[in-house]
Amino acid sequence: MDFLRQTLVIARKDLRAELRTKEAINAALAFSIVILVLFSFAFDPGEQETVDMSGGLLWIVYAFAGTLVLNRSFAREVPNDCLDALVAAPISGGALFLGKALANFVLVIAVELVSLPVFGIFYNVHWTGHIWSLLLVLALGTWGLTVIGTIFSALTVNIRLRELMAPLLVYPMLIPALMSAMKLTMDLIAGKPLGGEDEVWLRLLVAFDVIFTALSLVLLETVLIG
Amino acid sequence: MREKLIYILGAIAAVLLARNLYSIFMQLPDEASQGMIYRIIFFHVPAAITAMLCAAVTCITSAAYLLTRNLKYDAISVAVTEVGLAFLAANLVTGSIWGRIIWGIWWTWDARLTSALVCWLLYAGYLMLRRAIEEPTARARISAVFNIFAFADVPIVIFSIKWWRTQHPQPVFWGGGSIDPAMYLTAVLNLVALVLLAVVLSLIRLRQEEVQREIDSIRRYAHAV
Repeated sequence: MDFLRQTLVIARKDLRAELRTKEAINAALAFSIVILVLFSFAFDPGEQETVDMSGGLLWIVYAFAGTLVLNRSFAREVPNDCLDALVAAPISGGALFLGKALANFVLVIAVELVSLPVFGIFYNVHWTGHIWSLLLVLALGTWGLTVIGTIFSALTVNIRLRELMAPLLVYPMLIPALMSAMKLTMDLIAGKPLGGEDEVWLRLLVAFDVIFTALSLVLLETVLIG
Repeated sequence: MREKLIYILGAIAAVLLARNLYSIFMQLPDEASQGMIYRIIFFHVPAAITAMLCAAVTCITSAAYLLTRNLKYDAISVAVTEVGLAFLAANLVTGSIWGRIIWGIWWTWDARLTSALVCWLLYAGYLMLRRAIEEPTARARISAVFNIFAFADVPIVIFSIKWWRTQHPQPVFWGGGSIDPAMYLTAVLNLVALVLLAVVLSLIRLRQEEVQREIDSIRRYAHAV
């Protein structure tokens, strides 16, 4: 019970801090729209081919914009020695991780839910056909992105070249999750319901989330304290 | 003692490799449908298995470091990862050459090829992460955690061929394929030779790492004095 309460306290603290400045979330939103505009030059937006692969494009936008939020997750605690205070606080590393991950999840999914309709309008994609399945895939994929992003933000918080190292480590690690999220999203946008051949991808995505959430919960204390 | 071990294992590996090369090029016939290019499999598959073994070893030594905080395990992790990365590169390059002849292309974004490349990137990331951290114990701790995360990705490589449709040939060895006993024997012996080679290279790299650490500690001591 304590664990849950501590988790929520951390999550609420992070969300409050972010909503007062809105630094990361504004940057991520603006960035996702910039990438969507850039894609229109790389791929002909009128072509059917672009619509077919739009699920993949969408996840690239999410992965790039998401890391803007996630990379700062622990780095923002460094000024004023907030990180030391968090580490010294009488809560477990697992609660600290889960709280931060929850707050990040809410922020990233908020950015995604705003850029999804924009994307639909720009690229003439009808994404509302299987809306509930799509939201499920969105949540599962985003949780994977959030977990890896949050733990790697902790991993790189004190190292040289932090801004360079984090994406370099995060993206290869994320590939299995991104791969399955892209495949599922592409099929859903094409009008195919979940299940059947796609089931392995859904399972892979769930397995990825479970494995890395568990690993992160166990290892966060080691990362931060030593 | 370790010096002797390096020479003995190295000699065994050299003899085995010479025997295998003779067998591969002089004794074994061309394969019925692929012609002579199939011979690359005798290095392609053992290199992949050796790389996977290296990944497993570094995962264990990384976990051992986190449990014992003995920097020896960190030195083994970095030595074995570098050697494993070289073997995985050999696997990717030989596969690419084979693909050019049989498929007509150097590369295809097939599940298995992609996963091997992802693994290569992951472990290259491990080595880059190490370079970005100055303090030895922080470096050992953080890279050990990263290594465990990277290894969690490896099962996806192994199972990908079963889960996903793929252009990669189904495994010839231990995967339901059929193979002539003479070819099988050479493949197994070559696997042994490459694993021995990996052990020898890791031991040499480990010695370099240890010497490097000793130099660093002497330098710190000199600064302190």
